[in-house]
Amino acid sequence: MFKKILIANRGEIACRVIRTAKKMGIATVAVYSDADRDAVHVRQADEAVHIGPPQANQSYLLGEKIIEACKATGAEAVHPGYGFLSENAAFCEKLEAAGITFIGPKPRAIKAMGDKITSKKLAAEAGVSTVPGFMGLIDSAEHAAQIAGEIGYPVMIKASAGGGGKGMRIAWNDEEARDGFDRSRSEAKSSFGDDRIFIEKFVEQPRHIEIQVLADSFGNCVYLNERECSIQRRNQKVVEEAPSSFLDPETRKAMGEQSVALAKAVDYESAGTVEFIVDKNRNFYFLEMNTRLQVEHPVTELITGVDLVEQMIRVANGEKLPFTQDDVKIDGWAIESRVYAEDPYRGFLPSIGRLKRYGPPAEGPLDGSPAAGEGPAGRAIGGGAPIIRNDTGVREGSEISMFYDPMIAKLCTWGETREAATEAMGKALDGFVIDGIGHNVPFVAAIMQHPRWRSGEISTGFIAEEYPDGFAGAEPDAPMRARLAAVAVALAASSERRLAGTAPSLGEKLGLSVPGNRRIVFIGEDRFTVDPSEASVTVDGSDLGPLTCRWQRGDLAARALFGDDELHIRVDPITDGFRLRLRGIEIDARVYPPHLAKLADKMPVKEAPDTSNLLLCPMPGVVVWLAVAEGDKVEAGQTLAVIEAMKMENVLKAEHKAVVKSIPVKAGDSLAVDAVIMEFEQ
Amino acid sequence: MLDIIQQLENRREEARLGGGEKRIAAQHAKGKLTARERLDVLLDPSSFEEYDTFKTHRSTDFGMEAQQIPGDGVVTGWGTIAGRPAYVFSQDFTVFGGSLSETHAEKICKVMDLAVQNGVPIIGLNDSGGARIQEGVASLGGYAEVFWRNVQASGVIPQISVVMGPCAGGAVYSPAMTDFVYMVRDTSYMFVTGPDVVKTVTGEVVTAEELGGAGTHSKKSSVADGAFENDVEALAEMRRLFSFLPLSSREKPPVYETTDNPARSEMSLDTLVPDNANKPYDMGELIEKIADEGDVFEIQKDFAPNIITAFVRLNGSTVGVVANQPMVLAGCLDIDSARKAARFVRFCDAFNIPILTLVDVPGFLPGVSQELGGIIKHGAKLLFAYAEATVPKVTVITRKAYGGAYDVMASKHIRADVNYAWPSAQIAVMGAKGASEIIHRKDAGDAEKLAAHTKKYEDRFANPFIAAQRGFVDEVIIPHSTRRRVIRAFEMLKTKEVTAPFRKHGNIPL
Repeated sequence: MFKKILIANRGEIACRVIRTAKKMGIATVAVYSDADRDAVHVRQADEAVHIGPPQANQSYLLGEKIIEACKATGAEAVHPGYGFLSENAAFCEKLEAAGITFIGPKPRAIKAMGDKITSKKLAAEAGVSTVPGFMGLIDSAEHAAQIAGEIGYPVMIKASAGGGGKGMRIAWNDEEARDGFDRSRSEAKSSFGDDRIFIEKFVEQPRHIEIQVLADSFGNCVYLNERECSIQRRNQKVVEEAPSSFLDPETRKAMGEQSVALAKAVDYESAGTVEFIVDKNRNFYFLEMNTRLQVEHPVTELITGVDLVEQMIRVANGEKLPFTQDDVKIDGWAIESRVYAEDPYRGFLPSIGRLKRYGPPAEGPLDGSPAAGEGPAGRAIGGGAPIIRNDTGVREGSEISMFYDPMIAKLCTWGETREAATEAMGKALDGFVIDGIGHNVPFVAAIMQHPRWRSGEISTGFIAEEYPDGFAGAEPDAPMRARLAAVAVALAASSERRLAGTAPSLGEKLGLSVPGNRRIVFIGEDRFTVDPSEASVTVDGSDLGPLTCRWQRGDLAARALFGDDELHIRVDPITDGFRLRLRGIEIDARVYPPHLAKLADKMPVKEAPDTSNLLLCPMPGVVVWLAVAEGDKVEAGQTLAVIEAMKMENVLKAEHKAVVKSIPVKAGDSLAVDAVIMEFEQ
Repeated sequence: MLDIIQQLENRREEARLGGGEKRIAAQHAKGKLTARERLDVLLDPSSFEEYDTFKTHRSTDFGMEAQQIPGDGVVTGWGTIAGRPAYVFSQDFTVFGGSLSETHAEKICKVMDLAVQNGVPIIGLNDSGGARIQEGVASLGGYAEVFWRNVQASGVIPQISVVMGPCAGGAVYSPAMTDFVYMVRDTSYMFVTGPDVVKTVTGEVVTAEELGGAGTHSKKSSVADGAFENDVEALAEMRRLFSFLPLSSREKPPVYETTDNPARSEMSLDTLVPDNANKPYDMGELIEKIADEGDVFEIQKDFAPNIITAFVRLNGSTVGVVANQPMVLAGCLDIDSARKAARFVRFCDAFNIPILTLVDVPGFLPGVSQELGGIIKHGAKLLFAYAEATVPKVTVITRKAYGGAYDVMASKHIRADVNYAWPSAQIAVMGAKGASEIIHRKDAGDAEKLAAHTKKYEDRFANPFIAAQRGFVDEVIIPHSTRRRVIRAFEMLKTKEVTAPFRKHGNIPL
């Protein structure tokens, strides 16, 4: 076995690989850029090598630097993680030449599968079902429109080297095809240094289901069942699960066997993923094969008990797979939520900055019971109780930088059933504390409550269909509002007790404490009359049963138990009450004794200032270009300005017809969120 | 006897109605509570003891003798806030527009005298049209009686003013001399001369809101220490502020038992200060993370945000925090921030509240407007206040402590008791670049040489160890241990005693 390996990656995946390496007794070497000097993966590794400035193309993407680092530290093998150099055949060849093992497939397989056009041809030859499309490269925007027309709209325009949603565009007509080609090409060039583009049929109402395969160098190959990744936002996966609620055993077997056939056709070694698109009749089409460890691999590990990283290392070390297809089972259900530094309330714009608070839910059994044993990657497994696993590369005080993927963590839950895993995920998200930057926890938490998610009636269009205007927070239903009112009263009582327990209290001496337990709770326009007692809590006359609240002042989250039903709630004190957040809901609950409620009700409702005549900066960024000048008449949809943030250019367009009154900024200015970019005539 | 009791009840009922249902409705229509309703929100239930309920004015001019309303436009007495006593007066706009008569003033003076005598804070809720013009000089005399008492009470008991309606002309000087002034947005204003007079005299056209609204005074003039959305919010926050304050200068601040571990580590503070010395970070995060339960009450939050002044509790006891905020103007000292912090330091010192100073200051803000504005004298206020303060003083330098600003920000030399520095601290006369440009003036044109000099200066001075060698810094501490260190320091200082030389009073550069 290797004595020392180097992880040519950063963030959560570097930490993930280090975890397994430690378990196997292998020493680890991390690499880091200037931006990652204090990163978690650097601390966790036994050694760390600095490889350059923050920009990935001057650090993590430089194969030479990685090889130098291996030589300097004596690392015998390199695990590439995902992204960066993970599917770079040239890098593998250089490693081989330097006598260093690449923990992954052989360059031939990477080359064959890394090119989407070649891979499609190979797949078709291996008997894998493929999507109709054009088996060639597109050389111009015009060409793109012509080919697209031949295949028939809608079409998908993709970067040949692409992945992770980058360099991908859907086109519904010639104009979009031309535009999509240009954009995909420039994105592909900047992201992957490879601007080859191809086009294929876009399947409507599709599900994204992929098969995990694992092969050794002795020709053994198994499939570890499927993952469904249909919950995507603009082709970026958000929630993944294993198994899929949609596949029957026959389809699963067919997909698995075709995937194995494809892997064998390229003498695949190591872990790989064959992605399919599945239509509503369970027809499946090959999309691509990813010759690396996938982001969402933990859900497979949770249902199969296989540590994929360990198997990758063992295969690279020349070992045989320790099990056969017959040994692969599906145990329970696992869900992964990708927690991104993207603000759902601002059109999912990337949010960068310092993680002022970072408190993930505790890993292991959700109910806090001792773990029944140790599962893949050193994670606890339970005796049927839901399990939480959180793969992350950050800690409180870390910086989410503009240079890399804005992923904060991959939160996974396992349960005996899909429902149990969903419930566990809901609670885990509700208890996840992240402050300082915008993040998508409320959004994913809302998805977990969505009836379509619950029923499994999902497709890759789920987010676009259910949240066509973006995400503005979830609305609590009447029972939930009543419960939150009761919780607010319990929290307020805890605060009051705390204040009463002070210094010499004249109030207590004279018997002047607040009479009665009744409180009136203000939530928006609604008023709730809450009568708590030892035995139960009554809201507006209806008995909600006993309520136990675990919270004390200073805690960022509370656990509220209504009988057996537990709510995890984020709590922030506000004047006279609390801001409560769970399941994508965010409400302000103010608590008053009845005599003050009457007075509080007299307070005027003040409307937020009207910003409809302003163009506000949606995220911190730099003004790249101002498309209009003062006095210009603009039409709805016209481009007004371009803001660069996180290396992405964001085009700001006019929402309606207007005349530009003033532009207080100029190109090159750095703007904060909500800075005024331009003002329009009323 | 029962008849007589009934008579009393009837009279009380009449007094409680103030200016009558119609005027009460008008008050509510403006989004304001009545004087008594405000006391209901401010004080614990049924804790209010009213005095002078039946007091009326003695004026006989302009037909005033026919208009007698019991209480004469101000409700006075005392009550408790979370069980701790406070004297209060609340002006009743429904009675003669809350105007101040001789008797109205007498009522206020009575509770002020009791407050000082008994060592209990006084809270005034202002909502008054001004002097009662019908009374002429008697009313003006009344104001001055209140002013004189404000001054006598200053530094003896905490005085809080909440301006919840008009407060114009001479009336502004009573709140102005209290320790804290708060305002309510859209319904309160304060000015010496109103928009009409301003227009007549100077020709300037300005609204009452612009001239003296809550926004103006909390952001620009610093007359107000904060602004709130409405009466209920303002009074609820006054209850919160009150919980931090001692009852008088004879007492220590209250101790609130906490379950927050005094030894709590905050690992994330180890990465709070960025590698790049020119990159800002939020000092507010440090305050929040070391405070008990993350509970912070900021004073003058919207004014001179380059310095933060706030009350927190450490291990249950109130501490005043003064902290440079690198997010705004790099945290430099200027006229506004020096004035703001100086007044806060003096309040803390007067009321036995220990002071924690968090330093990241690149120096004083350069500029013509600063110099012509008298930064020398205003900066001196802060220096004077710190040097004069005898309460326990603990200082933590997180990053920059440059030049004269280093001396000012509770340095060892002006008698801070415990001075800590984070390893990221840079205690020097100025930044390395500026310093080497001066020392090596002959190499001015040579960027390479200058860079080398800068590097050398940085290596030598951009750290806390030179200061630590001299004992100017007592200890270099790891950021994550700050809460524990600071709490331990204040615990040791609880028995601090300082005897100042006799004098009538110092002469702070006002």
